[in-house]
Amino acid sequence: MSVFAIETVGLNHHFGSQTVVKDLSLQVPKGSIYGFLGPNGAGKTTTIKILLNLLQSPSDTVFIFGKEITNHRTACLRQMGSLVEQPAIYAHLTGKENLINRCILLGITKNKATEMLALVGLTDAANKKAGKYSLGMKQRLGIALALIADPELLLLDEPTNGLDPNGIIEIRNLMIELTSKHGKTILVSSHLLAEIERTATHVGIINKGELLFQGTINELHDLSKPSIKIEVDDYAAATNILSGNGAEVINEKEGTIHIAYTGKADMGNYNSLLVKNGVTVYSIGTEKKDLEHLFLDITSKN
Amino acid sequence: MRSFFISLQSEFYKSRKTLAFWAAIIVPVVICGLIAFGYFTSSEKILKYNYSGMMLWFQYSSAALGVMGMLILPFYVIFMAFSVNNIEHKNDTWKTLFSQPLNKFSIYAAKYVYALILLLVCTFLFAFLTYSSGYLLQALVPKYTFQDYNPAIILSKFYTKLLLASLGILSIQFVLSLIWSDFLKPMGIGFIGIIAGIITANVGWKHAYLIPYSNPTLALRMTSASKKAKPEELPIFTQEVWVSLICAVLLFIVGYFILLKRNIK
Repeated sequence: MSVFAIETVGLNHHFGSQTVVKDLSLQVPKGSIYGFLGPNGAGKTTTIKILLNLLQSPSDTVFIFGKEITNHRTACLRQMGSLVEQPAIYAHLTGKENLINRCILLGITKNKATEMLALVGLTDAANKKAGKYSLGMKQRLGIALALIADPELLLLDEPTNGLDPNGIIEIRNLMIELTSKHGKTILVSSHLLAEIERTATHVGIINKGELLFQGTINELHDLSKPSIKIEVDDYAAATNILSGNGAEVINEKEGTIHIAYTGKADMGNYNSLLVKNGVTVYSIGTEKKDLEHLFLDITSKN
Repeated sequence: MRSFFISLQSEFYKSRKTLAFWAAIIVPVVICGLIAFGYFTSSEKILKYNYSGMMLWFQYSSAALGVMGMLILPFYVIFMAFSVNNIEHKNDTWKTLFSQPLNKFSIYAAKYVYALILLLVCTFLFAFLTYSSGYLLQALVPKYTFQDYNPAIILSKFYTKLLLASLGILSIQFVLSLIWSDFLKPMGIGFIGIIAGIITANVGWKHAYLIPYSNPTLALRMTSASKKAKPEELPIFTQEVWVSLICAVLLFIVGYFILLKRNIK
């Protein structure tokens, strides 16, 4: 049995001549909350649709709990619950009827509908037509629909879209509870790193269909090592002096140099070294990139 | 098989509040009700013709059958085939429907069979209401001669034939509505088809039976001609019925392959 809940191997997808997913190799470990990040139009929703077999994929490229999806479509889908783009609900039915309809399709007891309404806080609006729900309520109903079958793997495409801060916190806590207490695996897509950061255990960053980073949240944090920012009058001379003395120059722009941070003592040494060699140091200090900038940096690579 | 039945049950559950569902009941009730009301209020005028039992039934049932076969049934078929698919287009629910652990054929077949059931309900109600309202009129206006002839066999044959002759249209419209989400394309094509069907059938073009849209009209025309001979021996499987059935089966299969190869956006 695979250790991955989702695994894709060199997955490609085209819309006409446009490549939307390019050589994508996702690896979502079981029991993780996998933050699937990317700017709008990066290919997140397309990937999720491929994972649900809504979009055709070549055989032997997508595996769900080790099972190849095109040959085991229903067996794979039985383990998955999903919310793709805006929630797909029947506007002429009430919230409860939408859930009951799903119970019928899944062959599960209709009592689950009431239970799910309570879970997402829609009990009071149970008998209101879903078409009259606010965006946030629709989103909650969408989440309830995804959860109703108690699936092992949840694919949530921007689930907090349209939710108020309270709703966002509730969903976040729900995701943590589902993985920590019930051992579920969640793939959650977003275009906001800050939103994912607090819950995700693993992160995949995609842009223009290409996976640019994949790893644990700590590995992502490690990418953003602090650097020393030095402002000088003669940056060319300063760069020479510093690199000649073993400092790792990350980048240099007019007037400022970034070098790798190796410790406070080294920072003092670099300062005196520059001054001794006749370079005027206007300022020196450490700088750490926040994840948001890191995300922007990563996604601007391709 | 289980997939198919739960999909069918879900089709019923989600569309039980839609017009397509209720139209299958309301249309026959209203039309048969209006005709019966007309026969009740103008009974004196009708009684002057001194129709025999069989002729009275013929006159009475063709009031519903004529309008039904020519216009109402084909239009209802178009509207219903659209509605069964549009419920998913409108709510953007194809993606959820096809991400359930149900095989695609079951979902597709359940939708088609549901449309078929609605059509069956509609035609059955027409036949049943024509029959029962005739006897009701007999009770209300004792001078009528409805009791002299039992139209059960001939009525059921008429309506069975009409139902079978409209299956070709159902399949065409079903596939069109599956492909296109907007109302105008399937409706427009259906409308043109029906007009063309009526015209080709009425001008007596010898190949008219090959056009599925003309099949219901043709099925009725043949019946009214042969009725003068021996009504109970009315043949059901005439060439236009065969054309309709073959077209229905072919397009049902084609529709499935279209769906299978299609990406759900």
